[in-house]
Amino acid sequence: MSTTYKVPIGPVHVGLKEPVTAWLTLDGERIMDAKLRLGAIHRGIEFMARERNPIQVIYLSERICGICSFSHVLAFIRAIEDLSAIKVPPRGQYIRSLVLELERIHSHILWSGVACYSIGFDSAFHLGMEMRERVMDLLELLTGNRVNYGVATFGGVRWDITPEFAKATRDMIKFYRREFTPFRDIVMEDPIAQARMRGVGVLTKEEAVRYSAVGPVARASGLRVDLRKSSPYEAYSDMPVEPVVPQDYFGAAHGDVLDRFAVRVLEVYQSLDLLEKILDGLPDGPFVAETNLNKVLASLKKAEGVGWGIIEAPRGDDTHIVSLKGGEDNVLWWKVRAPTYASAVSWPLMFRGNELADAPLIINSLDPCVSCMERTLTTNAHGDSNIITKQELIKRCREKTDTLRARGGETR
Amino acid sequence: MKFCDKLCNKFGDKFCDKIGEMLKMNSMLKILPKSLWVTTCNSGSCNGCDIEIVATLSPRYDIERFGMKLVGTPRHADVLIVTGPVTRFMHDKLLRVYNQMPDPKVVVVVGNCGSSGDVFYKSYNLVGPVDNVISVDVYVPGCPPRPEAIIEGVAKAVLKLEAIEKSSRAPEAQREEAV
Repeated sequence: MSTTYKVPIGPVHVGLKEPVTAWLTLDGERIMDAKLRLGAIHRGIEFMARERNPIQVIYLSERICGICSFSHVLAFIRAIEDLSAIKVPPRGQYIRSLVLELERIHSHILWSGVACYSIGFDSAFHLGMEMRERVMDLLELLTGNRVNYGVATFGGVRWDITPEFAKATRDMIKFYRREFTPFRDIVMEDPIAQARMRGVGVLTKEEAVRYSAVGPVARASGLRVDLRKSSPYEAYSDMPVEPVVPQDYFGAAHGDVLDRFAVRVLEVYQSLDLLEKILDGLPDGPFVAETNLNKVLASLKKAEGVGWGIIEAPRGDDTHIVSLKGGEDNVLWWKVRAPTYASAVSWPLMFRGNELADAPLIINSLDPCVSCMERTLTTNAHGDSNIITKQELIKRCREKTDTLRARGGETR
Repeated sequence: MKFCDKLCNKFGDKFCDKIGEMLKMNSMLKILPKSLWVTTCNSGSCNGCDIEIVATLSPRYDIERFGMKLVGTPRHADVLIVTGPVTRFMHDKLLRVYNQMPDPKVVVVVGNCGSSGDVFYKSYNLVGPVDNVISVDVYVPGCPPRPEAIIEGVAKAVLKLEAIEKSSRAPEAQREEAV
């Protein structure tokens, strides 16, 4: 006769950097079931946007999430550009891709460090964090800010790449090629780190399709999905991007935490290659279509319709859908589908059968960006209605997977 | 306690409570090392400030060289760093974290949105800024502030703790005279 216990984790917890509550049903040390309560830091950002004009919303969308701030900005800006037909000069597109890749590097290195911290591998955490400062320096050199860059605008970017910056970027690429490999080997070749991460938090390929995991989580389960390949945007149409999957590296995809680690670490190398290609192919010409913001606002006031933008953020697909009404200054409505929420649906699956001690690692293995996903909640999601919302979401997620499949992305 | 009772009779309960509070602080400060232990509470921030707080732990900024340490539980902490405008759900949780901390304690707000609301104005789900919920001692503005600014903010908390110590020493001297 076994007894089960319910253990709450969070919302404020040492293993989590952001508030999320999980109720774990335990039998001894094994996790039998998990239930999540989200919405702790729902700030109503989509609502706030309805009282602001699109240029103000750029800076609001930047504050959806501090880690993938540029992805959200770019998805929003692409949505507005989509409906108002603002053209971006090629140099602007290249600079956008460059910032996206820099952001991916800093996000993935941060995650690798935090994952090491979760398993108590503190020296690797500090090693990773020290290396991350290099890319933060570069972002600061280009934009003047470390976290919320404020670099994107309608029709291009606000700052140009100078020769000094290009040189600093090439130095950084060399630095990472030299210094990042030891970090990767220290963690991935370490038998204890392997034992801690291998076979933990498994999400199989079928489950990943069924529950619509996105980004590195889906890739770690063996799905070859990457928006940079399947629907290229900005400069990615000029350069081939192959999705990084663990079967190319390990021979088989396990869909566990070590695979997620490997995918993110290998994507850092991929981003370094992309950065080099971006710098080599950087076209001349203007980097922004229109510098007078009043003119931009006036043209946006006339614009009407619905536009969408979708970006491969460090955590997966980030979709923004925006509607503007002709003659009105403010955004009519705005919908954000952040990657963490799509992947968080599969959290309970990952928990099942694992030990309680692995729970923070499994939560972290998604690279959860709780502040990203909190605006996608409906405000009346209490109690039972929460479950219904979740099912609706799964349904919508499945539909999205179907469209992906129909589009010919290799989801099988 | 005798002295406290005497004061209670003379000045009333409210004054007595205050003295008692100060005495408690004083005894705490005697065993309080000068190294500050810091805990954080995310009350709805965008994560930007939180990653900068993580960056202060990293070897480049290395907050531990000042003897400061990030601890996992508020029960061990002297300083509470709050990030983010306070959402309705996190309001009670923030209060609970604050009440769990032993006296004397200092609250540092990191980031514009916790200090003033900043971009998150006019929202239906926010009860912040943080000083609407708990008393704040140090504000660190910036969106997000640089790690240096966060370290400076926490260092200002030391001064604040010293000021608390000083103000609680004065009545102690009086008490010795009275006894």
